[in-house]
Amino acid sequence: MQGLEVESLDPAAPPLPGVVVGRVLEVTPHPNADRLRICRVDAGVAPLQIVCGASNVQVGGVYPVACIGAKLPDGTLIKPAKLRGEASEGMLCSATELGLAEKADGLLELDASLKPGVPVAEALGLDDQIIDLKITPNRADCFCVAGVARDLAAATGVPFRAPATAPVSALIDEVFPVTIGSPDDCPVFVSRVIRGVRSDVPSPFWLRERLRRSGIRSINPVVDVTNLVMIELGQPLHAYDMDTLSGDLTVRRGQPAEKLQLLTGDEAELDANVLVIADARGAVGMAGIMGGAGTGVTEGTRNVVLESAFFRPAVIAGRARRFGLQTDAATRFERGVDPAGQLAAIERATALLLDITGGKPGPASVSGALADKRIPAVLLRRERLAQVLGHQVPDTEVVDILQRLDMLVEAQHGGDQVPAQSLEDLQHQESNTWGWQVRAASFRFDIAIEVDLIEEIARIRGYDRIGELPGQQTTRLGTASDSVVGLDRLKNVLVERGYQEAITYSFIDGDLDSQFAGGTRGVPLVNPISAELAVMRQTLWPGLINAVRHNLARQQNRVRLFEAGVRFTPAGADALSEQTVVAGVAIGNVIPEQWDTKPASAGFFDVKADVEALLRLSGEQSSLDFVAAEHPALQPGQTARILRDGVPAGWLGVLHPALRAALELPASPVLFEMDAEALSRARPRRYQGLSRFPAVRRDLAILVASEIPAGNLLAAVAEAAGTALKDVVVFDIFADKRIGSGQKSVALGLILQETSRTLTDADIEKIISGVVTHLAMKFDARLRE
Amino acid sequence: MHDIESLLARARAELAAAGDLALLDAVRVRYLGKKGELTALLKQLGTLPDAERRAAGQVINTARDALETGLNERRSALEADALRDALAADAVDVSLPGRGQQAGGLHPVTQTRQRIEAIFGAAGFTVSEGPEVEDDFYNFTALNIPEDHPARAMHDTFYMPSGKLLRTHTSPVQVRVMLEQGAPLRLIAPGRVYRCDSDMTHTPMFHQVEGLVIDTDVSFANLKAILHEFIERFFERSATLRFRPSYFPFTEPSAEVDILSESGRWLEVLGCGMVHPKVLGNAGIDAEKYTGYAFGIGIERLAMLKYGIDDIRLLFENDLRFLRQFN
Repeated sequence: MQGLEVESLDPAAPPLPGVVVGRVLEVTPHPNADRLRICRVDAGVAPLQIVCGASNVQVGGVYPVACIGAKLPDGTLIKPAKLRGEASEGMLCSATELGLAEKADGLLELDASLKPGVPVAEALGLDDQIIDLKITPNRADCFCVAGVARDLAAATGVPFRAPATAPVSALIDEVFPVTIGSPDDCPVFVSRVIRGVRSDVPSPFWLRERLRRSGIRSINPVVDVTNLVMIELGQPLHAYDMDTLSGDLTVRRGQPAEKLQLLTGDEAELDANVLVIADARGAVGMAGIMGGAGTGVTEGTRNVVLESAFFRPAVIAGRARRFGLQTDAATRFERGVDPAGQLAAIERATALLLDITGGKPGPASVSGALADKRIPAVLLRRERLAQVLGHQVPDTEVVDILQRLDMLVEAQHGGDQVPAQSLEDLQHQESNTWGWQVRAASFRFDIAIEVDLIEEIARIRGYDRIGELPGQQTTRLGTASDSVVGLDRLKNVLVERGYQEAITYSFIDGDLDSQFAGGTRGVPLVNPISAELAVMRQTLWPGLINAVRHNLARQQNRVRLFEAGVRFTPAGADALSEQTVVAGVAIGNVIPEQWDTKPASAGFFDVKADVEALLRLSGEQSSLDFVAAEHPALQPGQTARILRDGVPAGWLGVLHPALRAALELPASPVLFEMDAEALSRARPRRYQGLSRFPAVRRDLAILVASEIPAGNLLAAVAEAAGTALKDVVVFDIFADKRIGSGQKSVALGLILQETSRTLTDADIEKIISGVVTHLAMKFDARLRE
Repeated sequence: MHDIESLLARARAELAAAGDLALLDAVRVRYLGKKGELTALLKQLGTLPDAERRAAGQVINTARDALETGLNERRSALEADALRDALAADAVDVSLPGRGQQAGGLHPVTQTRQRIEAIFGAAGFTVSEGPEVEDDFYNFTALNIPEDHPARAMHDTFYMPSGKLLRTHTSPVQVRVMLEQGAPLRLIAPGRVYRCDSDMTHTPMFHQVEGLVIDTDVSFANLKAILHEFIERFFERSATLRFRPSYFPFTEPSAEVDILSESGRWLEVLGCGMVHPKVLGNAGIDAEKYTGYAFGIGIERLAMLKYGIDDIRLLFENDLRFLRQFN
């Protein structure tokens, strides 16, 4: 609850019931097998006879024994057995068999002082938990056990015990020459020569076990110790086989086309963006990220150079990702390690190493300069603390928390510095300059501004101790525009008309998308998650069609879906424009199957009615046009471009038969897609007086060429009839042999009314004949007899 | 006068026997029509001596009135029968379903967004929107996430060939609004966001609502209060909240908020914090004069908790059997 989130909590080792410490009392050859031997083993009670095939078994050796009835992590149940005719009452185990290592050479050798019969889990401290913490990027100092312990100590008040880092006395004078050619990138490089190490011995069990629990593989004792110190103190170290280095070590930027053979076996091509460690022959490591092959410590290494350096985050950040080498070292350096911690780390590593591998150490040699143990002071104002938190923290607590966080605190009053905590006497006063000058330790370099300290206090004290305080808000009224039709209202219209709202991904299969855009490719993602989600959609249709297909495949035969979302139109040279649209698709029956209605599949005019319902929310009929047009995704002859005030605002049409076939749809869906902005412009509304005089209706049946759109006829009627025309409807259209080919009959109903008087027969006659004349002139239309 | 009485009795019997209006009318014609029997009797009155005429007239008129009343009553009864029969013939099976279009429904993500907007809208928060394809500046740099900042790795960003990106959160909207309008501010910004991630709890596209309040005296305690109130309004129950210290580059102090589920588990619901002074500064707002808080709510997260949905991917499959459950 202080910002260290526990991601998981797992047992350190699988349970090992029946596995105990055993001491081998006697080893005799197996009469029937060369590679097996018969051991008498003291496992706490009567000695057991165990047949063993491991080469490292020897008299006096102490090993884990899985007794009869023991169950190993891989599920093996230990039973009495006969191996080549000899009884075996258990099994001597390797680390692998106990689930403690991926591979092992022979039996796990235990400390000779362990008492036979003691459960192995107890003897090895396996009854423990591995706590996996999620460290946030601002808390680089918690990327090590010591850092986490320090923070827990501050929060709980339990004293913090640091790992021992006392200086190791030099036994030889030798120093490996190091030149820092790039001091901005690497202000300090501490090194030490250790001669005569035995890196061919295996790391002791405790060391391997600690690394295993930290998720690090054991390599050899030298590498293992550098890794352990990194886990403990957060300072990554590197060890060179001194005999493979030629000339001095230099810290410098990479050179163009310079190559480095990495420990992974890959070859990296370097450049001036990358910091390297080089010897006389060239780069031997990518600084702070990974060492080079050929100069690292191997089993044969006898003389070692240890490196403990500080590399600035700016010169590490992003490089590991660029080379695909997100190593533990890089992760720490790019967040930042303690700039004053290099010496302590090398001392700790040296002491551990000498214990395990022996050897004669030289002095720790510091090239460059270690940073100050304290970072510059940050002012924490008392009043600001209270204001940001909305909560008054007692001064003594402020000082106590900061000090527990290893910070130096000096109270300040109006610029005069007074000793910490003396502010208590002056508490009744308020001043913006009142506060504390705080100097954090070097490992807390994240403390740079006042609010960093405010957060520390809130965090360590606990957020739960800050109360809830309703804000004092200035009353402000909302807006409810009459000139805008909100998207939610548009959605409601479609919902009422039987559509279900869908949400599909904004990226889609590029080929499918381009089929709906006449071959134009949408803007691709550089790093798509899959080919099906690779290109920014140019229209919502393919996503909706995919949803239709999903539903058809699940016995949903009537699908009406709409989506409101952004389409992304390429706008040349990688650019694109975003446009919010409302799109829909309908396939199957217009209305759900019901008991008294003949099923009819949704066709162009059914969906057009839905689109018109949308338009009715915003537009006057006169501002709208449906114009026959061509769209690559729509069926020629059943496609309309929708105009609002003459400006294209969308499309309506039946899916093109070729696409329908390609998408294997059982029927042709009707599609629409409308610009949301065009739909949102509400028409200005204004009351007009109601007429007290009767309205009359006159019907006209006219014959025109069949290609004349009805919309044009209606517009012409409106032009000719003038203000008396209140409404006009098309109530019938037909064509047959009697009319003649190329002709159609259109029946129109005109509703006429005047506001100031009753229309006389003569008035009406005049209007109708005007309309007929106008239609005749414009479309060569004539009245049907 | 015996004639009259037997005539009346006969007529009454015929009335009762008339099974429909036509037969009834025949009865009327037979007795009261121009050539009807009773009419004939009336016509004969003139032939009677004066002394008898008066009494006979009275008897005949009484008989006529009685017959007319009987006729009317019988007519009413027959009409009522006819109406009842007609209505019975028109009766429908009221248990059959209604006819016509059936309404669809809004996506649960939309419904959740609308509820969030309504809850904050009542407190004076306005709704702002921004582009989904963003500049690095608005999505990262202005939010105190400079290039190579480790926090960028947490964002799994989708990039475009132009170097632009799909916004990884709705926070860039706060930057845009701060730059346009300055302080004070009180807004929410809902919308689609994108991260390259996909499993049971992650989809590469999801929805967030960003909230931002900037004023001269806005505190962490205010933030705690409003989020607690919001959670209770949203889930329509009293809720126990836990504010956990966390880290977002654009807020400090930062917190993640958990709610205690009915089963006693803590569930993460949102992230929040006090707007970082650098973010205010980047947007040209005086960080000394103004403080602010911001929060980011995952709409899917809330919808899943509210409706008990266990797989986020269901929200984008658009399966009608799923969607209709929220109608």
